[in-house]
Amino acid sequence: MEGFLYTALFAPLVGALFAAMFGNSPRKIWVGVVNSTLLGLAMVASLILMFHIFGTGTNVHVKMLDWIVIGNVDIPFGFVADQVSVVMMVVVTLVSTMVHIHSIGYMDHDKGFNRFFSYLSAFVFSMMILVMSDNFAGLFIGWEGVGLCSWLLIGFWYHKEDQEKTSDMYNSPFSTLSPHSSISPGYAANEAFIINRVADLGMLVGLFLIFWNIGSLQYDVVFAQVGGLDHGLVVAIAIFLFIGAMGKSAQFPFNQWLANAMEGPTPVSALIHAATMVTAGVYLLVRANEIFTVVPEVGYFIACLGAFVAIFAASQALVATNMKKIIAFSTLSQLGYMFVAAGLGAYWVALFHLATHAFFKSVLFLGAGNVMHAMNDQINIKKMGGLKKYMPHTALIMTIASVALAGIFPLAGFFSKDLILEAAFQSHAYILWFILWVTAGLTAFYSFRLVMYVFHGEENWSHNKEDENYQHPHETYPFVIAAMTPLAILAISAGWFKAEFVEMTTKMLPTLHEAGIHHPSSAVFWTLVAVTTLMAGGGIAYAVLKFNKKGSYHSDKMKETFVYKLLANQYYMPHLIENVINKPYLAMSKFSWKEVDLKVIDTIVDGIAKIVYTTGEESRAMQTGNLSKALKWMTLGVVILLAVAVAAGNLK
Amino acid sequence: MILNDYLILSTIIFVIGLIGVLRRKNLIMLFFATEIMLNAVNIALAAISKFHGDLTGQMFAFFIIAIAASEVAIGLGLLILWFKRRNSIDLDTLQSMEG
Repeated sequence: MEGFLYTALFAPLVGALFAAMFGNSPRKIWVGVVNSTLLGLAMVASLILMFHIFGTGTNVHVKMLDWIVIGNVDIPFGFVADQVSVVMMVVVTLVSTMVHIHSIGYMDHDKGFNRFFSYLSAFVFSMMILVMSDNFAGLFIGWEGVGLCSWLLIGFWYHKEDQEKTSDMYNSPFSTLSPHSSISPGYAANEAFIINRVADLGMLVGLFLIFWNIGSLQYDVVFAQVGGLDHGLVVAIAIFLFIGAMGKSAQFPFNQWLANAMEGPTPVSALIHAATMVTAGVYLLVRANEIFTVVPEVGYFIACLGAFVAIFAASQALVATNMKKIIAFSTLSQLGYMFVAAGLGAYWVALFHLATHAFFKSVLFLGAGNVMHAMNDQINIKKMGGLKKYMPHTALIMTIASVALAGIFPLAGFFSKDLILEAAFQSHAYILWFILWVTAGLTAFYSFRLVMYVFHGEENWSHNKEDENYQHPHETYPFVIAAMTPLAILAISAGWFKAEFVEMTTKMLPTLHEAGIHHPSSAVFWTLVAVTTLMAGGGIAYAVLKFNKKGSYHSDKMKETFVYKLLANQYYMPHLIENVINKPYLAMSKFSWKEVDLKVIDTIVDGIAKIVYTTGEESRAMQTGNLSKALKWMTLGVVILLAVAVAAGNLK
Repeated sequence: MILNDYLILSTIIFVIGLIGVLRRKNLIMLFFATEIMLNAVNIALAAISKFHGDLTGQMFAFFIIAIAASEVAIGLGLLILWFKRRNSIDLDTLQSMEG
């Protein structure tokens, strides 16, 4: 089984290095094919591992080599495939393989085709290290690798110009109504990287605390000893680890980078949102559940924050016309759901929602990629419409994914989302339950708002070649649709394997019963299901009916209201960051450059150089080249040294 | 006679040599002056060796004499060569570099 583990881990690395060799050469289609094949290999290996672990109930644990061995410190490169990490491995490799295949079609005309595949595979490799490591140090390496690769990929089109910051809501890069997702890809990449670094500091502090107090970073050692630590200390560790998770999973107030990351190529968005990046925060919480179980108060805070983010993000998606941003907000919202589940102690539920979400969210993004590819990178959903006729397969797949996202029986989203609502209700967190319940309705509404605008209704573009808005939409390559099909099938069916999933993961994670969440009575259960389905179905029905009646959702009068502007401007978060953090920081940097650096530091450095220079200039007179004078200087030197020696001897 | 007397004598001779080194411009005189200084040291070495009953000092003095002799032989050779070239052994003419 070790062979399968190493294959799953290193096949993406081989792919990344292989593609990197052709990084600067023109597009070679077989680079994409080879990389996709290697990823497929990793996927098969992960699946075999999963069946092995599910069948035998044993873990596969390898210690590849020693890494840091100094005194009592022993940190190896060890990898483990257990019930939790194998779920992640399967999700990551499965989604990534399909994204790789999709990218062959999507990046068809791009000059950086080979480079793109190198980054993409490196991204997957980092994520595999993150999920498979058997200690926190390895997890952190993967964590940083994911951050690096996301920077490379979000800023993949780094040559694009910066957009003007205007107050015009339909053109400002800070608004979700404009065609620009962010100021520029370079800006978005830096933003994602820097925000993640800030949050990673929290994570590092958490790791240091663990290491100081326990003396090891191995999961099994840490989890065995964490119960014996001082309660306040565990609270601190849990908070700092959670700060790291907040950065990666884009929880408030670190949320802004996720929507701006839509500047990257669309397959990258699919990868970031479904498999390789934002899920890392949830995974950390699930993996370190034994730390968080000790401190339920931190868990409750996590749940509250998650619920807040869920509705915070969903509300922004209601008005956005930027197609990718709508889907990005829905990811943010669903991450909120996962954090609620994890915070309340229902760790396997969080992991379950992570898995089902990965399938339908990746397919949504890939579908959005197809649409944008067909529409010449058009991103405004109001300039689409009627595409069902031209792209029937994409339309079908995206509709399926949206129904799954909305949580309608019997698709995947229903099972996992319903469980989270049930867990919130049974934990007596009725306010959280209510927020999530409302969010479920919003989710259904905005998902179908997108589907209606893109695929139904009138064509808001022109067949006329002379027209500014000329489009020639066409269905994408058959192999791209073939790559999306398995994900679409999983988006339908992933929920049906709930019983097997529970059986496997609860060998490692606490059951709901252990977390104090009791199974509801059958009356309560059916009421909850009915109420939630009603809410989601209501959202869909409202979106469909209103569109069929009027063709749009928000009246012109409504667009003048404060609430609409608030939502369209992302709660003025970008403005706030710009004015409260970026501008003062720039002013501070300029001050320390002009006042501190130029005037203080440079003066000192120049002064030292000047002293050396002048003393040299002055003492040059000594060197006449005359032997007699040199002898005199020598004698003088000896006398001075003697005098100093005598004086020093006396002083003693 | 006590040790101090020898050391005083040695110091006086050393200072004479030193003054010679500093004041003289003739290269031959410079050699003489350095020989004087070396011999001042020899006196001190021999005297201390005698008063401490340790032969090492006297052995050291012998070495110095031997080395001084060879040094003078080389020095004089160079000096003659220089004289043949420049027709002068004045220290001030021995300057080819400017500081």
